[in-house]
Amino acid sequence: MTFGAEHITVRFGDVHALQDVTLDVPTGAVTAVVGGDGAGKSTLMRCLVGKVVPEQGSLRRPPKQQVGYLPSGSGSWRDLTVDENVEFVGRVYRLSRSALDGRRSELLRAAGLLDVGNRLVRNLSGGMRQKLGFVLAMLHRPALVVLDEPSTGVDPVSRVELWRMIAETAADGAAVVMSTTYVDEAERASAVLVLDEGRAALSGRPDEVIAAIPGRVVQVAHPADRRHAWRRGRSFHEWLPDGSPARGNPVLPDLEDTIVAEMLYAREVSR
Amino acid sequence: MTATASPTLAATHRVSRMFGDVTAVDQASLEVRGGEIVGLLGANGAGKTTLIRMLLGLLAASAGRVELLGRAPSRSSRRRIGYVSQSLGLYADLTVEENVQFAATAFAVKPADITLHDSLSEVRHQLVGDIGLGRQRQLAFACACGHQPELLVLDEPTSGVDALARARLWDTIHDQAERGVGLLVTTHYMQEAQQCDRLVIMAAGRVVATGHIDAIVGDATAVEVRSDTWARAFTALNDAGVPVTLAGRRVRVADVSPDAVRRTLTGAGVTAEVEEVPATLEEIMLVISRGHDRDPDL
Repeated sequence: MTFGAEHITVRFGDVHALQDVTLDVPTGAVTAVVGGDGAGKSTLMRCLVGKVVPEQGSLRRPPKQQVGYLPSGSGSWRDLTVDENVEFVGRVYRLSRSALDGRRSELLRAAGLLDVGNRLVRNLSGGMRQKLGFVLAMLHRPALVVLDEPSTGVDPVSRVELWRMIAETAADGAAVVMSTTYVDEAERASAVLVLDEGRAALSGRPDEVIAAIPGRVVQVAHPADRRHAWRRGRSFHEWLPDGSPARGNPVLPDLEDTIVAEMLYAREVSR
Repeated sequence: MTATASPTLAATHRVSRMFGDVTAVDQASLEVRGGEIVGLLGANGAGKTTLIRMLLGLLAASAGRVELLGRAPSRSSRRRIGYVSQSLGLYADLTVEENVQFAATAFAVKPADITLHDSLSEVRHQLVGDIGLGRQRQLAFACACGHQPELLVLDEPTSGVDALARARLWDTIHDQAERGVGLLVTTHYMQEAQQCDRLVIMAAGRVVATGHIDAIVGDATAVEVRSDTWARAFTALNDAGVPVTLAGRRVRVADVSPDAVRRTLTGAGVTAEVEEVPATLEEIMLVISRGHDRDPDL
């Protein structure tokens, strides 16, 4: 089964938050949505959970009771303890006492939060808070899991643990979609959608997306066109549009190079 | 390498800081030279912020010595440095221009000393709250550079922005380094770590690794598992309690030998190709932190 969005458009006043965006979210896999601030990631996530209704296009999602959602930047109640948060969400989903108790210890143990049940959420570290938000989104074993920037503010060590939990959810058969601003994180997913100003700039398996890069990327000490160049440590990577004369050392572009090249290309075309 | 010939702008020599019984920073030494970009990495609670606050003289060290521009940190030495926090310190209800005027007044420079790139000039009369995070980060950076600081401290300078905005921010950061400014950058991300000349990695209050990213990753390896049934491979390894994660449709394991991974998979009846591959920085950091007692309270 594949959830997702087909050709959806969302407008807030005059602003197109999303324009003709299509995203597949298959079960048993992690799908990543990448973009910066204002690219439309949160709007897309909110469409997938039914909080925003697109003016055009269609959505494929399970009934509300089978959706789990971690909103960006929150997902738990700061003035309640960890246990109270779990209790509250469990009641919202009308989990039976035995189901809730079983699920609580299973998930809190996996998240490394079993020993801090009595602690107020406001006193948890950012990484622990995000892991708790994830636990709450997962409590009712949803078929579709929507995570809006789950790893923002999470340190690298906690991020590995968070990713393990996300992968575990997909391995258990859920459809997982997560948004991120970091491309190296998106490269871990089975498929990525890159949003740029509300439009789908790129989509597919990371290796397919990289293979479809417009033009070429070379490594140079002194770029011919600074507008087409970006730093990699002390040297530059430079994008050569199709038809440009060869120069520099060809590099195998990564997803970050590919997205920068695509964004430069899109801006050239629109100009 | 020019960086090693340049003067030391800031250094801590075996500094420690106690908060009650808790040792937040434990004999940490760090150095930033002119023209050098130093990345400071570590888990939350590893002591990065405490170390930076001591370096800037905002917090006294319990032990050890701090040197900022050749002497103990003071108000006058702090005037010669620039700092961009994660929260950026801009006024969202003021225009770009007004923020520039405010920063110029605060640093006792002329507004014209704060150089705005084209992408900022074209929005100079808009409210900062309306210009998007990428431009806000560029503006905060420009405001912090107006008084021509010799040392810049940047807290996760590209967090939240898109790939192109991140590329442009790093252009600006490298431009400063090429002018001889020393930069200390905290980050949680591999992409940013790759931009640095040198990394300093902290765990549990101590500096546990220092050097270029290639030297730190060095010959360290992780194990990559390819299987038609990645989910079963993942579940088998996860159930075995090893630090396992996902990379596309492959599964990666840090800090465990390929043979142990093979044994676990065979035991679970999973057919898979197991290969030793170069470790990522994240995996190195995981291994480092597993080697230290990590206090979950911090």
